[in-house]
Amino acid sequence: MNRIPMERKVLSENDRVAAELRAIYERNGTLCVNFISSPGSGKTALLERTLAGFEAGRRVAVLTGDIQTDNDARRLARYGFPVRQISTGGACHLDARMVQKGLEGWPLEDLEILFVENVGNLVCPTSYDLGEKSRVVLLSVTEGEDKPLKYPATFYRADLMVMNKLDLLPYVPFDAALAHEYARRVNPQIEILNVSCTTGEGFDEWYRWLEAQRVQTGAAG
Amino acid sequence: MHEMGIASSVIDAVRHESELRNGVRVLKVGLRVGEFAAVDPESLRFCFEALIAGTDLQHLQLDVQFCHRRNHCQHCGEYFEAAEFPFICPQCDSIATESKGGDELEFAYMEIEET
Ligand SMILES: Nc1nc2c(ncn2[C@@H]2O[C@H](COP(=O)(O)OP(=O)(O)OP(=O)(O)O)[C@@H](O)[C@H]2O)c(=O)[nH]1
Ligand SMILES: [Mg+2]
Ligand SMILES: [Zn+2]
Repeated sequence: MNRIPMERKVLSENDRVAAELRAIYERNGTLCVNFISSPGSGKTALLERTLAGFEAGRRVAVLTGDIQTDNDARRLARYGFPVRQISTGGACHLDARMVQKGLEGWPLEDLEILFVENVGNLVCPTSYDLGEKSRVVLLSVTEGEDKPLKYPATFYRADLMVMNKLDLLPYVPFDAALAHEYARRVNPQIEILNVSCTTGEGFDEWYRWLEAQRVQTGAAG
Repeated sequence: MHEMGIASSVIDAVRHESELRNGVRVLKVGLRVGEFAAVDPESLRFCFEALIAGTDLQHLQLDVQFCHRRNHCQHCGEYFEAAEFPFICPQCDSIATESKGGDELEFAYMEIEET
């Protein structure tokens, strides 16, 4: 019997396409952000409020992935920025190829920010690099503070955890400090913001975080 | 359940490697799966078996090596497996360590038939 060593990733085809996308974003100074969370944590709500706060002239676009329906895309289209739906046809995550297809025909040279809302799922999207610069995981206070320990891979690979639905904190037993500690236990480098998409609390910090990411892409102003 | 897609990528890669070697029979494929790979080894194995059943690859074996988080000590430079929180360097007791792995999902080896 003959054993040969193999040096390659299992998802190397996805990674190859993701690297192509990343190169395009970098060339154009586009900030791409990939949002991952359980169904209902508030990815679309966060994007809605974010878009609502942007001036009309900003060059921002959204791709939103869902297994079925274009509800999220319709919610997001109300803010006047280009929005496209990616229907995954059953798949529980977006992959780089779907994003590449979703972007066909869009003038990427002009884009400041591309938001990608992944399929609601705290596990499967984690393995798929979409070429994003920043990965954001949302955790809402109704989900329980131990989610970072139960789904460590997603928190391990995220740059930022957005703790959402802060307005509900008085009504649910949720230890915010403990949730932060668990997230940092899995990923000591993770940044954390607390927000409410309903009241707008924490959005100043959120916008500042986005701007800081944009500056890192080399795009000034 | 994305393990089906991952299992099918593994099988595609095995076919590809076999073709590169004049269609040699692959007996076993070894993977390294990190604890932060978001892949459940059991369900990966289940999907793998389901996909090869009744095909020309039905005898292909899957070996999954599970890998823990590894950390790098910023104080003394030691690399160590960090299974339990908090992550303390076994060499110098420092807690100033950074993650250096544990999210891999990669091929380790392939065993092919002697020719
Ligand atoms: N009270 C409260 N409700 C919120 C907040 N953010 C979102 N919601 C509500 O939570 C529900 C789910 O929000 P969505 O934005 O659709 O969640 P999602 O993560 O996009 O869900 P999927 O796309 O299905 O994965 C909606 O009814 C929102 O109105 C918040 O900050 N506070
Ligand atoms: Mg949504
Ligand atoms: Zn040390």
